[in-house]
Amino acid sequence: MTTTTPKTGTSGSTPAPADQVTFTIDDVEVAVPKGTLVIRAAEQIGIQIPRFCDHPLLAPVGACRQCLVEVAAPDREGNVRPMPKPQASCTLEATPGMVVKTQRSSAVADKAQHGVLELLLINHPLDCPTCDKGGECPLQNQAMSNGRGTSRFHDVKRTFPKPIAISTQILLDRDRCVLCQRCTRFSEEIAGDPFIDLQQRGVKQQIGIFDPGVLGFAGSEPAEVYRGVQPDGTPISAATGLPSTDPADPAGPAGMATVDTSGRPFASYFSGNTVQICPVGALTSAAYRFRSRPFDLVSTPGIAEHDSNGAAIRVDHRRGVVLRRLAGDDPAVNEEWISDKDRFGFPWQGLADRLTAPMVREPGADGTRGELRPASWAEAFEAAAEGLAAARAAGGVGVLPGGRLTMEDAYAYGKFARVALGTNDVDHRARPASAEEEAFLGHHVAGSRMSVTFADLEHAPTVLLVAFEAEDEGGITFLRLRKGVQGGRTKVFSVAPFASRGLERLDGTLVQAVPGTEPEVLDAVGTSSESSVSAVAEALGPEAVILVGERLATVPGGLSAVLRLAERTGARLAWIPRRAGERGGVELGTLPTLLPGGRPVADPQARVDVGAAWDVERLPAEPGRDAEQILAAARSGELGGLVVGGLDPADLPDPAGARAALEAVGFLVSLEVRASAVTELADVVLPVAPPVEKAGTFLNWEGRPRPFPQALTSTSMADHRVLDALADAMDVQLGLATTTEVHAEIDQLGGWDGGRVAAPAAAAVEPPALGAGQAVLATWHLLLDAGRCQEGEAFLAGTSQRPVARVSATHADRLGIASGQGITVRTPRGQVTLPVAVTPMADGVVWLPTNSVGSAVRRTLGVDAGAVVEVAAASTVTTATTAADDGGTL
Amino acid sequence: MADDDITRRDQAGEVGAPRPAAEYESLLPGKSGLGEILAPAAGFGVTFASMFKPTVTEQYPYEKVPTKPRYHGRHQLNRHPDGLEKCIGCELCAWACPADAIYVEGADNTPDAQFSPGERYGRVYQINYLRCIFCGLCIEACPTRALTMTNDYELAGPTRRGMIYEKQDLLAPLGDGMLAAPHPMVPGTEDDDYYRGDVAGPVPEQIDWVAQWRPEDESLAALRPAGHEQSEAR
Repeated sequence: MTTTTPKTGTSGSTPAPADQVTFTIDDVEVAVPKGTLVIRAAEQIGIQIPRFCDHPLLAPVGACRQCLVEVAAPDREGNVRPMPKPQASCTLEATPGMVVKTQRSSAVADKAQHGVLELLLINHPLDCPTCDKGGECPLQNQAMSNGRGTSRFHDVKRTFPKPIAISTQILLDRDRCVLCQRCTRFSEEIAGDPFIDLQQRGVKQQIGIFDPGVLGFAGSEPAEVYRGVQPDGTPISAATGLPSTDPADPAGPAGMATVDTSGRPFASYFSGNTVQICPVGALTSAAYRFRSRPFDLVSTPGIAEHDSNGAAIRVDHRRGVVLRRLAGDDPAVNEEWISDKDRFGFPWQGLADRLTAPMVREPGADGTRGELRPASWAEAFEAAAEGLAAARAAGGVGVLPGGRLTMEDAYAYGKFARVALGTNDVDHRARPASAEEEAFLGHHVAGSRMSVTFADLEHAPTVLLVAFEAEDEGGITFLRLRKGVQGGRTKVFSVAPFASRGLERLDGTLVQAVPGTEPEVLDAVGTSSESSVSAVAEALGPEAVILVGERLATVPGGLSAVLRLAERTGARLAWIPRRAGERGGVELGTLPTLLPGGRPVADPQARVDVGAAWDVERLPAEPGRDAEQILAAARSGELGGLVVGGLDPADLPDPAGARAALEAVGFLVSLEVRASAVTELADVVLPVAPPVEKAGTFLNWEGRPRPFPQALTSTSMADHRVLDALADAMDVQLGLATTTEVHAEIDQLGGWDGGRVAAPAAAAVEPPALGAGQAVLATWHLLLDAGRCQEGEAFLAGTSQRPVARVSATHADRLGIASGQGITVRTPRGQVTLPVAVTPMADGVVWLPTNSVGSAVRRTLGVDAGAVVEVAAASTVTTATTAADDGGTL
Repeated sequence: MADDDITRRDQAGEVGAPRPAAEYESLLPGKSGLGEILAPAAGFGVTFASMFKPTVTEQYPYEKVPTKPRYHGRHQLNRHPDGLEKCIGCELCAWACPADAIYVEGADNTPDAQFSPGERYGRVYQINYLRCIFCGLCIEACPTRALTMTNDYELAGPTRRGMIYEKQDLLAPLGDGMLAAPHPMVPGTEDDDYYRGDVAGPVPEQIDWVAQWRPEDESLAALRPAGHEQSEAR
C-alpha cells in the first residue's frame, strides 16, 4: 500500500508565545502573533475599521487611506509617544506596547476617516440606482457608517465614457473606481495575468490599460464602450482599444477584448474574482449586469460542478432562476477564489432543452424504432424494468454513469449494476482510459484519504506535474500552486510537450516530453544524468508532490512509471482528474474492478463484505468490462442493453464508435438532465436533477467530501432516487431513495483495510517512427471550450482562448508557414485546420485543443494524444472541416 | 392614586383592593325651569339644524367627485418630455415597499432599443394591488421621479391576476408632443441632462429615427403630419 498519511502543514501551527505581541486597541489589550496587521487584530476583538483596499489574501498596499487610526508607540526609552499623523492600519504591523485608537475612541481618527471618505466620493458618480453593486456596496455602506452626511464639493464631477469592456465578460466603469487596486493586485499576485494598471496622474488617475483612445490623447480614436446585449444574449459591441488580433500571435481570447499590460489581448480564467472583490461597482460582469438587486436574491451555499476541485460557491437565485454565482470562502480548498467557469458557467442547468418528463419510445407501426413520447414516471419505470430484464437475459446490461456524479449517485449506479443487473460492467470514465489506469486507481487512489491536500501544494518544496496542465485542467489548483511559487516555497516542474502560459506564470521548469515518451522521461529521473531531468531528480524528495492528470492514462506505461518514480523518490502522488465526479466514482465503486471503498472485485473477502452490507447472497465475481469494452460489446450485440448517465459520446475516445454502439444496442436507458445525443437514441429517458436542484456530495481530487444543499425548489429527482425507483420496478430493493439512506449505508460499509489492487506494471511502448509530413499529436482540454456545461453563456465563451495549433519553429519552417497562417492536421477520419502559433517545443509534435470550436480532436480526427497525424500547410484558414462531422454528435 | 383610596386588608399584606364605589352622582349641575321641561327634545336640535346645512353625501358611482390633489391612488410611471421612460429599473421602489407589492427587473438599453436615458431601464415592472397599502414610500424612494401616484382610486377586480398591474398598465399615456419609446436620446445629451429638465421634447433626429424603424407608430402622426419629410424642431 503506497498511501501516505495526511501531513499537517508546517506553517499553520500556532506560534510560540515568544512570537506574541501585546498592545491595546481602544483600551482593549490584545495579544496577536508577531507580524499581524493592526486592522486584523482589531477584527479579532470585534472592532470594525472601515477599509476598501485591504483584503486578507492580498498583500497590504495602503492605497485608499480609509482605515486611518491614531497610533502611539513606545520610543527607545519606552515612553509611549503619539505618531504625528493618523496611520493606515492595514499596512501597520502591531508592535509591543503600541496604543491604537480607532474611530470609536479617537476624534482624530474619526475625522480623518470622514475626510478620506468625502475625498473618495468627490468624483464618485451618484449612480447607485443604476449600479449593480448598489445594496451590497462597501462604499455605500461605509459612506453611511463612517462618512459625512453632505459633501462640501460643489463642482462638476470628473466623468469618463462608460463602461469599457475589458473582455466580453468584465466591464469597467472608471468613474466609480476609488483606486483601491484590489483588481490589479489580484491579477498580479494571485492570477498572474495583469491586465489593467493605474494610468495618468492626479484627479485623472484611472484604472485601465495603456490605450491612447481610452486615455483620450490628442488625435486618437475615441474609445468604444459597451453597448448592451441583444435579446439573444450576445453583445452588441464590446471591447475597445487596440485591435485584438495580432497576426504574429494568433492566440488570445475568442471574443473582443482590451489589450493587457503585456500588450496581448486580455484573457484570464480568473477575472471574475476581480468583480467580486471590487469594493465599488467599477468592475461588473456582463452576465449579471442590471439583472437583480441583493435583496431579490436568495443565497444558497454550493459546490462548483465543473471540475474536481470542489470549490465552495454561493448560488444566488430569484424565483427559481439562478442569477449569479460567487466564490465561497473556504480556506482549506479554494480560499476566496474560483475560476470563471465555476462562476459564470451555470445557465446550462436551465436551458430550453432541459428534460422535464420521462420519455418512452413508441415502436413504429412499420417496425421502425419509432419516436420518443412523454410518459408518466410509472409507465417509464415499467418500460425500463421490462426492457432491462429482457436485455439482461439477452447477454447482460452495461452501465456508463458518466464522470459528473455526486458520491450518492455514483454509489447508486455501482449498487444498481451489481445488485439489480448482476454485473460488474460499470465504468464512469467517459474519456480515454486504460486498464493500467484502472489498476493505478485501485492501487493508489481508491481509499487513500486525502494524502495530498491543497495546503500541501502551497507548502511543498517541489511539485512535479505529469500530463497535467495546471491552469487549463486544474482551475484553482493553479492558483494554489502559484501561491506557493509566489511565496518562494515551491518550485514547479512539468513534464509536457511545451511550456504553456500557465507554466510560465508558475515560473515552472519544463521537462520536455513528446507525447508517448513520458514513461521514458519519468524513468530517467534519478537514474540518468541528463541535464533536463537531473534538476527534477535533485528537487524530488519526501516533501515533494507529484500531480498526475487523467491524460496519462492514454500513455502506456505512464502511470506505472509515475508510481515507480514516487516510490524511488518518496514523493507523494496525487491524481487530479478533470471532472467533478471522477474521484467519487473511484471511491464509490463505479469501476469494473472496484467495489465501494477501494475493495477489489477479485477479492472474495471484499465481495462478502459488500454483499453483507447490501443484503445479497453473492456479488458478481468476474471483473467487468471497461467503458470501451462495454461499448464494443454493445456494438457487437454481446450486451443486450445499456444504462447511460450524464455522458457525451463526443468525449469518448471514439465518438463515432460510441454512437454506433448506442444505435446498435438492444435497449438503452438514459438518465439525463438535458436532451443529448444519448437521449435521442434512448428507449427510455429518465430526467434527473442538475446539481442546483438536488442535494449531494462531490468528492474532490483530494478525497475531501464537499456536501452541498439543494438550491432551487424542484420536482426533479437525483440519479440515486431514480435508480432506486427503477430497481423497485425490477423487484429489487436498493434502499437508496434518500440521501440519508445512502449516507447511512456508506457509513455502515465503512473503509477497507484488506488487500488492494496490485500496482500496474505496463510496459512503455516505443514511440512510433514518423514519416515525411507526419507529426505526433499533443492535445488537452482548454478550461473554457466547447463543452456542454458551458452552453448558454456567450460572455464567458468570449473569454475563452481562441483555438490555435502549435508547432515548433523548425517544424513551421519545414512546412513553410508562419504564425497566424493555417495548418491542417489530418487523419483518415477527418481534418482540423487552425491558425498556427509557433511555440518553442519539440520538433515533430503538433498541439491542438481537444474540444474547442473548430478543433474537436476526438470527434473529427478520431485519435488522441500520442497518435501520428499528417500535418500540412493549409491554403486558407478556416474553421474545422470534418469528414466525420455528420457522424459526430453535438 | 392616593394612599387613602385603597383599603388595606389586615391579613393580606401589601395587596390592596379599591374602596367600594360610592353611589353615582352627576357632576353637571342639573337644569331648572324651562330647560328641565325641554330637555327630552333638546337632542333633536342637531338633527333639525342639519336640515338647513349643505349635504355631503356623494352619489358614487353615479357621480364621481375628485379626490384631494395629494390623494394616494394608483401608481403611474412617468415619461420625459421626449417620450422616453423615466424608470431606470433600479428597484429602489421594490426595496422601499413594506408590503412587498412591487417587482422590478432591469435590463440594458441598447442603441436599437433605448427606453430610458442612460444605460438601464425597467424591463419588467409589476405592482400587486392586492398587497399595496398606498403608503407612498416607493414614491419617496424613486430617484428619477418616474413613479408617482395618481388620484385614481378605482382599484377593484374579480381576479387575482388582474390586480397585478404590469408596466404597460402603469405607464403614463403619451403627452402632447411625446414620441413613443424606444428611440435614441436627444443627440449630445447625457442622462443627467434629462434629470435636470434640459430636454423639452423630441428633436428631428429622434422623430426621423422612429419614422425609419417604426413608420406606423401612432405617436408619429401628431409630430410628423403626412407629407412633411422634415418635422419642426422641438
